[in-house]
Amino acid sequence: MKTYETVIGLEVHVELATKTKIFCGCSTAFGGAPNTHTCPVCTGMPGSLPVLNKQVVEYALKAGVAANCKIHRYCKFDRKNYFYPDNPQNYQISQLYLPICYEGSVEIETSAGKRKVRIHEMHMEEDAGKLIHDEWEDCSLVDYNRSGVPLIEIVSEPDMRSAEEVIAYLEKLRFMMQYLGISDCKLQEGSMRADVNLSVREAGTKELGTRTEMKNLNSFKAIARAIEGERERQIELLEEGKPVIQETRRWDDNKEYSYAMRSKEDAKDYRYFPDPDIPPVHISDEWIRRIREEQPQLREEKMDWYQKKLGLSSYDAGILTESRHLAELFEEVSALYGDPKKTANWFMGEVLRLVKDKGMEPEEVRFTPSHMAELLRMVDKKEVSPQNARKVFEEIFQKDINPVLYIEENGLKIIEDVKILTDTLQKVLEENPGPLEELLSGKEKVFGFFVGQMMRELKGKASPEAVRKALAEEIAKRKSETVPMD
Amino acid sequence: MDFDTMTALEAAEKIKQRQISTTDLVKQVFDQIEKKEGKVHAYLDLYKKDAFARAKEVQKGIEEGRYRGPLAGIPIAVKDNICVKGKKTTCASKILGNFVPQYNAEVIHRILDAGMILIGKTNMDEFAMGSTTETSAYGPTKNPWNLSHVPGGSSGGSCAAVAAGEAWLALGSDTGGSIRQPSSFCGVTGIKPTYGTVSRYGLVAYASSLDQIGPVGKDTADCAALLEILSGKDEKDGTSLNRRDTGFSEELSDTVMGVKFGVPLEYLSEGLSEPVKKAFMDAIKLLTAHGAIVDFFSMKTTEYVIPAYYIIACAEASSNLERFDGVKYGFRARDYEGLHDMYKKTRTEGFGEEVKRRILLGSFVLSAGYYDAYYLKALRTKALIKKEFDQAFSDYDILLAPAAPYTAPRIGESLKDPLSMYLGDIYTVAVNLCGLPGITVPCALDVKGLPVGIQMIGNCFQEKKILRAASAFEKFRGAFPRPEMGGACL
Repeated sequence: MKTYETVIGLEVHVELATKTKIFCGCSTAFGGAPNTHTCPVCTGMPGSLPVLNKQVVEYALKAGVAANCKIHRYCKFDRKNYFYPDNPQNYQISQLYLPICYEGSVEIETSAGKRKVRIHEMHMEEDAGKLIHDEWEDCSLVDYNRSGVPLIEIVSEPDMRSAEEVIAYLEKLRFMMQYLGISDCKLQEGSMRADVNLSVREAGTKELGTRTEMKNLNSFKAIARAIEGERERQIELLEEGKPVIQETRRWDDNKEYSYAMRSKEDAKDYRYFPDPDIPPVHISDEWIRRIREEQPQLREEKMDWYQKKLGLSSYDAGILTESRHLAELFEEVSALYGDPKKTANWFMGEVLRLVKDKGMEPEEVRFTPSHMAELLRMVDKKEVSPQNARKVFEEIFQKDINPVLYIEENGLKIIEDVKILTDTLQKVLEENPGPLEELLSGKEKVFGFFVGQMMRELKGKASPEAVRKALAEEIAKRKSETVPMD
Repeated sequence: MDFDTMTALEAAEKIKQRQISTTDLVKQVFDQIEKKEGKVHAYLDLYKKDAFARAKEVQKGIEEGRYRGPLAGIPIAVKDNICVKGKKTTCASKILGNFVPQYNAEVIHRILDAGMILIGKTNMDEFAMGSTTETSAYGPTKNPWNLSHVPGGSSGGSCAAVAAGEAWLALGSDTGGSIRQPSSFCGVTGIKPTYGTVSRYGLVAYASSLDQIGPVGKDTADCAALLEILSGKDEKDGTSLNRRDTGFSEELSDTVMGVKFGVPLEYLSEGLSEPVKKAFMDAIKLLTAHGAIVDFFSMKTTEYVIPAYYIIACAEASSNLERFDGVKYGFRARDYEGLHDMYKKTRTEGFGEEVKRRILLGSFVLSAGYYDAYYLKALRTKALIKKEFDQAFSDYDILLAPAAPYTAPRIGESLKDPLSMYLGDIYTVAVNLCGLPGITVPCALDVKGLPVGIQMIGNCFQEKKILRAASAFEKFRGAFPRPEMGGACL
C-alpha cells in the first residue's frame, strides 16, 4: 500500500486592532447597529478618497519584524477588482506587487519536533462589509461596519505536513499578534481567519500534488477536521486513479464535508493594478529600527525565561504565558514579592481558578500587583493563615482592596497571644470530655478533631502549627499527671 | 454698468466699495441665463432660489468683514462631477441621474469659505469622457460663438457658461485637456494646476492619477485668484500636496522680456489645421515682439502620448467606475433576475457608449496576460515622456502649444470617429501624464469667427511662471471679443 504525505500552506487573515479603519476615520469596534460605523469613504460614495492610516503600516511592520520578514522599503497598494455587494467600490484595496513584508519564517513545535514554517509574504488590505440575506423579504441587505477594517494577510509556504502542525502554526501566529498587541485574533469573531491550501503526494516524491483551497474554517477544531477530511478525499481520488481538481472548496463543519465553490477554470481575473489614490509608502531604516527596539518579549522568550531564570516548570511557564496580560501581572507580583515559584503557584491556583469561576477573559483581570505581593508576604510571616489569605485574595481580585487594611479591619490577623491560645485550649478540652478521654487513652486520631475545634473557635486566626504544638504539650502534661499510682 | 467687459475681480471690488451688491450680480447672471441658456444648454441644474438667499448672506458677511477675499460675492458655476451636499451630482450620466451626495467636495468648502455664490451645475461629457460635451446623457452644450458647434469638452458646460456670460467663473476638471481644450474652443481662460495642488476629494474620479480641478474664467487674473482659493493641502486626499507657493495672483506681470519659450516641432506637423497654426504662429510673433525668446525643438515622445494616455486613463476609469452598480445609489435597471443580471442591465442601460468603450478598453489592458503588454508598457512610456519634459524644462521656462489641432467642430462631427477624436487630444494629454500645470488663453478668432487659444505649459509647481506670461500675453493681445450668440439655432 502506498503512503501519502500531506502538504499544507495557509493564508491567514488577521484583523488589526487599530481604533480607526485603514482608509478613513470610522471606528473599527465590533458590533454596532448596521451601517453606523460608516462614512462616504468606506461605503464607496462617488468622489470619496482613501487616506492611509499610518497605524496600520506600523502594526504590519511589527508583525513582519516579529516573523523575521524582509521589508519592502517602498511599498504600494493595488486594487483587486471584483463585483460583489459587500465590497462598496467593487474593488478591494490590497497589495499584490510590493507587499510590505516578505520572506520570513516562524518556528513551531509539535510532537514531531521543531519545524520552520516559511512565510511567503504579509500584506495589508481592507475588510469587506457583511451581507445579510432576508429570506422573508426576498432581499439582501448589507452592513458596511466592517468595510475598511484593516487586515494583514499572512501567506505561508507549503511547509506544514499535518493538522497538528497547522494548529501549532496558527497558535504561534495568534500568540505573536496578541503579544505584539496588534490583534486579539478571535476566530469566532472573525478577527483571525484561515484558508487552507492542501495537496497530497506519495511519500518520498518531490513534486507537489494538485492543491485545493478550503474556506469557511472558523475554529481550530474545524480546521483540524477539514484537513483530515480533505486529505482523505484527495487520497481516495488518487487511489481510484482520478485527478484532484484545482479548486476552491467550502468546508461544512456540521456535515464534515467540503463542497466545490469554483474551479481554476472559472477563477476570476482580478485585474490588479496600483491604486492611484494612495501614494507609495516609504519605510525608513529608522522606522524599522524603532519597531525592532520596541518589540516586546514574545511568548517563547518569556517561557524560556520563566524556566531558566525563574525556575518554573515548562507546564507552568506555558500556562502563565497564554495571556500576555496575565504573564505581565505575574512578573510584577513576582518581582515585588521575590519568590517566583510561590507566586506562580498562586497564579496557577487562585488567579486562574477565579478567572474561570467568574467567566472572565484573562485580559480583564485588574488588581494592584503590590496588594497580592503584600498578602503573600503576610502569609509567609504567618500574619494571616493560608485559608484566610485565599479569602482575602478573592477580595483583591474582585475589588482590589489593600490586604493590610482589610485583614486589620476584618480581624483576620493571626493570634500570637499565648494566653488566648491556652484559654481557648482549656475551653475546647472541657467542652469535649469524651474525645479527650479517648485522646488521653492513646487514640491519636482524635488529635485532628481538637485542632479543627481550636481553629474554628479562633476563626482561623491562629497558625495550625502553634495550635498543634500547644495541644501536644497540654496532652503530654495531662498524661503525666494522670499516671495511675501503683 | 457694463458687466460684459467687467472681470470677476473688478466686480468683487465694486461690491466691496458698495457700488453694486451681491444680489445685483446674482440677478445679472440669472438674467443672462434666462436669455441664453435655452440656446446654449450649459447647465444641468440651477440654484436660483438658493443663490439669491446666499447673496444676502454673503453681502452681510462682506459688510461685517467675515468675507474679505478677492472673489467674495462672485457667482460661480460648478462642473457636475464635483459633489455639492444635498444637490444632484450626475456626472452627466444616467447612472447617477438621481444621486445626491451627503457631503461637499473640498473645493466647494473652499469657495464657500471665500464668500462665493454657487449658481448651478454645468454640463459635461459623461464622466468627463469626451472632448465635445456631446457624450452627456442630457444633451450637448452648444458653443456660444456658433451654436451649431460644440464647446469642446469635457468641461464644455463650464467654458460655455463663462463665454456666454452665464457665469463669472466656473470650476472644471482636467484629465487629458478637459479644461484647456474647451477654454480654447470657447475663447475663455482655463488652468490645469500641477497634480496635487487642488484636492480631488469630492471630484467623481475618471482617472485618479491624472484628474485635477481647475478654474475657468474671463481672464488670467480671475483664474489665478480662484486657483489660489482652491489650492492647498487636504488631509482627505492622500495625493494632495502641501504647497507654500500658492500666492498665484500676487505676481501677474506685463512683460515676457527674456523669458525662454520652447515649441515642440512635432506639434506643428501634419495634424495641425491651418487656421490654428496661423493663430499660433501669430501669437509666437507677438511674444517675440515683446522680448521673449522662442525656440523650436524636437519632442520625440509626442507620437506615444495618445496611446499611453488612453491606456492609463481607461485602466483607472474601468476600476473607478465599478462602484456604479445599482446596489447603493443611482440608477438601477427595472427588470432583472438575480445579482449578476442586475449588474449587467444596470450598467448596460446606465452608461453611455463612450463610457462603455473606455471601460472595456481599460478592463482589457488590465486583464491577465495583457497587463505587461499594455498597462505596464504605458507606465514605462509615461516615464519616458516625463523624462523628455524634464529635459525640455532644463532648457526652457515655458512650453508653448496649441490647445487642439482645430477650432470647435460642428455638433455631430466628432462622435462618428472616436479615434480621430482621441487624436485631437495630442497637445493636452502629456501635461496630465507628467502632472504639469497648463493654461489656455484666447489668442485669435479663425475665419469662421471661432476662437483659438494658446497653451502655456510650465514645469511642476511653476504656475506663477505661466500665469505671469499669460497675463503679459493678454496685455499684448488686447481685449478679446465676446461672442454674439450667432450661428444656426438648433
